[in-house]
Amino acid sequence: MPDSLVLDISGLVIEATSYPPGARPRDVTLVHGVDLKLQRGRVLGLIGESGAGKSTIGLSAMSYGRGGARLTGGEIQVNGREIRLASPAELRALRGREVTYVSQSAAASFNPARRLMDQVIETSVSHRYMNRRQAEDHAIGLFRKLGLPDPETFGNRYPHQVSGGQLQRAMTAMALCPGPDLVVFDEPTTALDVTTQIGVLRAIKDAIRDSHVAALYITHDLAVVAQISDEIMVLRHGRMVEHGTCDQIINHPREPYTRALVSVRALNHVEKPPEPAIVRIDAVSARYRGTQSDVLTDVSMDVAAGQTLAIVGESGSGKSTLARVITGLLPPKSGQVWFDGRTLSRALAGRSRRDLREVQMIYQMADTAMNPRHTVDTIIGRPLQFYFGMKGAEKSHRVAELLDQIELGSDFGKRFPAELSGGQKQRVCIARALAAKPKVIICDEVTSALDPLVADGILKLLLKLQAEARMAYLFITHDLATVQAIADKVAVMHRGRVVRYGAKGDVLTPPFDDYTDLLLSSVPKMEIGWLDRTIKLREAAQ
Amino acid sequence: MRVPPSAVLGLAVTAGFVCLAVFAPLVAPYPYDSAMGKVWEDPSPAHLLGTDMIGRDILSRLIYGGQITMLVALGSSLLSFGMGSFLGFFAVVRGGWVDQVLSRIVDIMMSVPTLIVALVLLSILPLSLSVLIVVMGVLDSTRVFRLSRAVAMDVAVMDYVEAARLRGEGQSWVIFREILPNALTPLVAEFGLRFIYAVLFISTLSFLGLGVQPPLADWGGMVKENKDGLIYGEVAALVPAATIAILAISVNLVADWVLTRTTSLKGGRGA
Repeated sequence: MPDSLVLDISGLVIEATSYPPGARPRDVTLVHGVDLKLQRGRVLGLIGESGAGKSTIGLSAMSYGRGGARLTGGEIQVNGREIRLASPAELRALRGREVTYVSQSAAASFNPARRLMDQVIETSVSHRYMNRRQAEDHAIGLFRKLGLPDPETFGNRYPHQVSGGQLQRAMTAMALCPGPDLVVFDEPTTALDVTTQIGVLRAIKDAIRDSHVAALYITHDLAVVAQISDEIMVLRHGRMVEHGTCDQIINHPREPYTRALVSVRALNHVEKPPEPAIVRIDAVSARYRGTQSDVLTDVSMDVAAGQTLAIVGESGSGKSTLARVITGLLPPKSGQVWFDGRTLSRALAGRSRRDLREVQMIYQMADTAMNPRHTVDTIIGRPLQFYFGMKGAEKSHRVAELLDQIELGSDFGKRFPAELSGGQKQRVCIARALAAKPKVIICDEVTSALDPLVADGILKLLLKLQAEARMAYLFITHDLATVQAIADKVAVMHRGRVVRYGAKGDVLTPPFDDYTDLLLSSVPKMEIGWLDRTIKLREAAQ
Repeated sequence: MRVPPSAVLGLAVTAGFVCLAVFAPLVAPYPYDSAMGKVWEDPSPAHLLGTDMIGRDILSRLIYGGQITMLVALGSSLLSFGMGSFLGFFAVVRGGWVDQVLSRIVDIMMSVPTLIVALVLLSILPLSLSVLIVVMGVLDSTRVFRLSRAVAMDVAVMDYVEAARLRGEGQSWVIFREILPNALTPLVAEFGLRFIYAVLFISTLSFLGLGVQPPLADWGGMVKENKDGLIYGEVAALVPAATIAILAISVNLVADWVLTRTTSLKGGRGA
C-alpha cells in the first residue's frame, strides 16, 4: 500500500500535573488540540523551541506520556487503529513493532553492560517477529546501509567501544530492525558535533528512504529539518503555528514566528579594527592530573581589549580546558597567561583578588551555575559585597541597576533560579559577571543550551554590554553562526592545537586548511538540498 | 500541602512522647525513684501499667525515662551531625590529603563494632550523662561523615561552587553558603533515622549496664531491671520495650514523609 495513512492524530490534548515549589499542584495543558497526518514514506519535521510540545507529541504516536504527561483528549490512530485508550497488551504489540523511537542521547539509552547486537534485535526477537538468526542478519544489513564500520562484527561491541555518531546510527538500526511503519526521531543529532552530524543525517535520510517508513523528525534546528523532511510543522507552546511543505516553510514562511525562526541565524557582527591585547596566552600546554597526554599543545592567542575572540572547535578540542587554564583552575604544564601587562599566577590560589575580579566566567548551563537556594539578589549581590564591600541600600541600588542592564525588572531580585526561564537564568549569570566590573569575560558555550530566539537575545545583550563597558570576551562555542554574530577574531581548535587563528574575515574566507574546511562545510545551511549537495561535493573531491 | 495519614500519626505520637517527657513532673502520677506498691503488681487504676521489681510505678518511670532516653539520643545525634557533616564537607572542600586522612580515620572507626568500642570507652571513662552523649555522638558521627561527604561531593562539582571559588570565596562561605543549603535535605531526613538509632543504642548500653545508671530511669535500663520477671510471667519488661518500638516507628514515619516531600520539590519522587 503506497502512501497509505500511517499516523492520524486529531484534536490531541495532553495534560500534566505541575508541582510548583511552595504552591499547590495544578494541572497544566501541554498540547492544545493538535492535528497531524502522516503517510507512508513521508517525513514530517516537528520544530519548535523547548516546551513547544514536540517530544510530547512525538511520544503520543506510541500512546506514551513521559514524566506523568496524560493523553487526555483527541484521537490517535496508527494504521487505522485508535491507540489513545488502548490496553497495555495492545500497546506492547504496537511499540517496538509498528512504531519505534530514536532518542536524543544514544549514550544514555543503550545499556552499557550488553552488546550492541543484543540490544538492536531485542524488540524484533521479543515480539517473535523474527528468530534470532534472521534478526541478526537483518541488523547486519542495516549496519551496512547506515555506513557503520565492519558491519559483520559491529554488533559484538559494547556501547562504550563505539563513537557517539556510530552509537546514534546503531540506535537508528535498532528502530528500523523490526520493520516498523512509523519511526519517531527525537533530536537524533542534537548531541553530536557538526562534523559527525552530517554523516548521521545522511545515514538516517537514506535509511528512511530505503525502508519506506513514515517518520516524525523532532528537532529545534530548522536547518537540519530542512534537509530531511517533506513537510514541516512549527509548534509553539503546545499549539501548531504553521504547517506546510518544506519549501514553503523555509522559503515562504507565512507566520511571524516562523519568519523569526528562519532568519534567526542572520545576525552579523562587523569586526572591529585591531586593538592592543589584554589577555595574551603564550605557548600554553596543559594536561589533567594523572593522564599522560596533553589536552592543550602549544596554544597561543591574544584577546584584544574591548573585543571578542571566538574559540571554535568540536567537543574534545580543548576549548573548555583553555578556559580552565586562564581562570587558574588547571595550572598549565608550560607556557604563561599574561593579563593587562602582568603575568597571572598559574594556580588559582596564587591570584590576587583583583586578578580574580577582572577575569569573570559565564557557564554553559545556567541551571547549575547558580546556587538553587540563593535568590537573584544574593547571586548578583555577592560579588558586589565581596569585591567592593557594598552593603544595604548601596548594594540593592546597584543590583537593581544590573537587573536593568540585563533587561530584567528589579522585582526579579526576590526570585529563586527555579522561577526563571532558561534565557533569564543566563541573563542573571551575565549580571553576576558584570557586577565584578571585569575586563575580560570568558563565555563557555553560553548560548548552546538555549533556544535559537533566546540565544539571539543573549548575543545581542552581550554585544550591547561590550559596547557600554568595553569588556573583552573570550567566547567558546561550537556554533559557527554564533561566531558570525559576535566575534572580532577567531581561533579554530582541533585536538588541543590551534589550527587557524586571525581576524574573523580572514579565518572564515577561503583558502582553508583541511580541518577548517570540514568544520565550516558541515554546518547545516537553511537551504533545501544542502545536505545532498555537500555530500556530493565531498564524494567528488575524494 | 497534604500530609499523609501515616505522617500525621507519626507526628502526633512523636509530639505526644516529647510533651510527656518535657512535662514529666506535672504528668507523672508518682516519683520515679520511690516504691509505691508491691513488687510486680498488675495494672490497676492506681498503677495504670503496674509496678516494677521493687514496687515503683512503671508509668511514672516510663515518663521520666523518656526524658533521659530522648535527651541523650537527641544530644548525641546533634553532636554526631554537627561534627560529622562539618568534617564531611570540610573533607570535600579541601580534598587531597585532608580528605584521605579523615576518610581513613573514619574507615578504621567503622571497621570496629560501635557497641564494643562504646563499652570499652564507657568502662574507662567516668559514667555521666554528658560522657554518654559525647561517646555516642562521636561514634555515630562516622556514619554522618560518610553521608555528608557523599552528598557534598555531588554538590561540590556544580558550576556554582566553582564560580564561588573563582570569585575567591573562603572555605567557610563555600561550606556554609554554597554546599550546606543544598545538602540539608538528605541530612534532615537522615537525622530522624540517626535519632532512632541513638535511642536504640542508649537502650542497649543501659541494658548492658553501662548506660544510664540507677536510680535514674531510662527505657533500656527498665527492660534490664524487669527482665527476670519474664520467667514468672510478669510483663513489666515488655512495656518499656514496646515504648521504644512505638517511638522508633513514629519517628520513622515522620522522617519518611520529610524525605518524600523534599525530594518531590526537586522533581524527584512525587507526593
